[in-house]
Amino acid sequence: MSRLAIIVTICVVVLFLGSWIFKALQAQDAGVDHYLLRGFLVTCSAFLTLAILSFLYKDNPIYKFAEHLYVGISAGYWMSQGFWSTIVGNLIPRLSQSLSGFFKQPYNAGEWMGGFFYTNWVFYVPVIFGVLLLMRLSSKYGWISRWALAFIVGTTAGLQFIRYMRSDFIEQISSTFVPLLVDWQGIGHFFSNLSLSATGQLVAMVSNWIIFLGVLCGLIYFFFSKEHTGLFGKASRFGIWILMVTFGASFGYTVMGRVSLLVGRITFLFRDWLGITS
Amino acid sequence: MKRQVPLLITLFVGTLLIVSVFVPPLEGMQENSTLFFDIIAVFAFFLGGGNLIRIHLTKVARKKGDWEYSLVTLFGFLLMLSSGLFKIGNPGDIAAAVDTPGSWFQTIFFYMMSPLNSTMYALLAFFVASASYRAFRAKNREATILLVSAFIILLGQTPFGTMLTSWMPDKFSVLEIPNMAVWVMSSPNLAGQRAILIGIGLGVVGMSLRIILGIERTYLGEDKG
Repeated sequence: MSRLAIIVTICVVVLFLGSWIFKALQAQDAGVDHYLLRGFLVTCSAFLTLAILSFLYKDNPIYKFAEHLYVGISAGYWMSQGFWSTIVGNLIPRLSQSLSGFFKQPYNAGEWMGGFFYTNWVFYVPVIFGVLLLMRLSSKYGWISRWALAFIVGTTAGLQFIRYMRSDFIEQISSTFVPLLVDWQGIGHFFSNLSLSATGQLVAMVSNWIIFLGVLCGLIYFFFSKEHTGLFGKASRFGIWILMVTFGASFGYTVMGRVSLLVGRITFLFRDWLGITS
Repeated sequence: MKRQVPLLITLFVGTLLIVSVFVPPLEGMQENSTLFFDIIAVFAFFLGGGNLIRIHLTKVARKKGDWEYSLVTLFGFLLMLSSGLFKIGNPGDIAAAVDTPGSWFQTIFFYMMSPLNSTMYALLAFFVASASYRAFRAKNREATILLVSAFIILLGQTPFGTMLTSWMPDKFSVLEIPNMAVWVMSSPNLAGQRAILIGIGLGVVGMSLRIILGIERTYLGEDKG
């Protein structure tokens, strides 16, 4: 360990302890129960935030510490959530009455079909495939896990086929066929009420024209079996413009989302940790 | 056994789920298979957890580069896992939700995982800012459209944008920046999104068919015998 690393580590530890004591005293004054723990947790949260932000300087050991901790905690979090919500919440109540009783979950009794098939037996299928998936850890029998993988892939393909066909294809096409003459009461009425009001007839009509032509031209841009020249090329060009607006809007929204997260973290540091702002 | 059985399983399950939409007695299949998927996903989480322990323990045992950080990962993983699986500090009984307020699981989530998660994403704000500096140059018509669109959306969300054009008369209200942002989102942006969605929909349908029919086999990996 270099001298600099030792000095930095000592500084971080001293700052951490100082912050812990300070926050614990603050919590004690505010009459918070378990003020020592509260002080530790707020300090921990602040230091982890700063550790991640330290990446802006460069990749460093403090950032790596926080990054590795994040990986470990996230894995543990999703495993626990999956166990309690899916295995205990959905699987056990269908497979075992005694285990349901142990976990205090309402038993979900199945039905006998034709007197020889119990409907809940089908829930052994994912259990078997789940166990087969764990065979991946074995170097000799790892190939058996492909069966479970095939089941997952087949299920996804079957479900997504229908879902995307309905929501991303048929629904989107049907929603594109909008009235191009909105609230039409004759040309005289149209010109006498001409305005750029956000709720006006002209804006509504222009919007619908853009939706209809935009989708059409956007699709033309994605159609590569014909050369983009002439009228087809012009439509494709308009399609690119529409797509550029979409990318710009998505970009704007992404920036706003990230900045609001950053504001949240900065607010935490300055208000909850340092107590500088109220 | 190694290639034919998985292909048959995919064909059977995929076809059954598509057919179930058209055969009323099989309608429940869709809901059940979603649950089956979730159950197998939990086993996959356990597989992932087991793998994580194996990889990091090996790294620590062999003292590979940066092995100290593997200890941190293992510590975080075991801490969160034991708090969650054994419901340590949970004020309720075994039937209580795993993230009941006051439990270790919820405390670690709130004070460690959540700050790490949001700061990790917040970090992207800086990189997005640097990317915008490079991307937001009106070099040609397309780049200008992207720039203007993003600018309208960004300004439309801020009080400054509202203030800039609040003097506009009602007859021109669509030119007020917040209204313009709404219009951009609900009209040209919607058209672009729809064109992309239709493309994605067609792609997914095509890929699903390729998988079900066994034309696409890359998910099976390499055949080693």
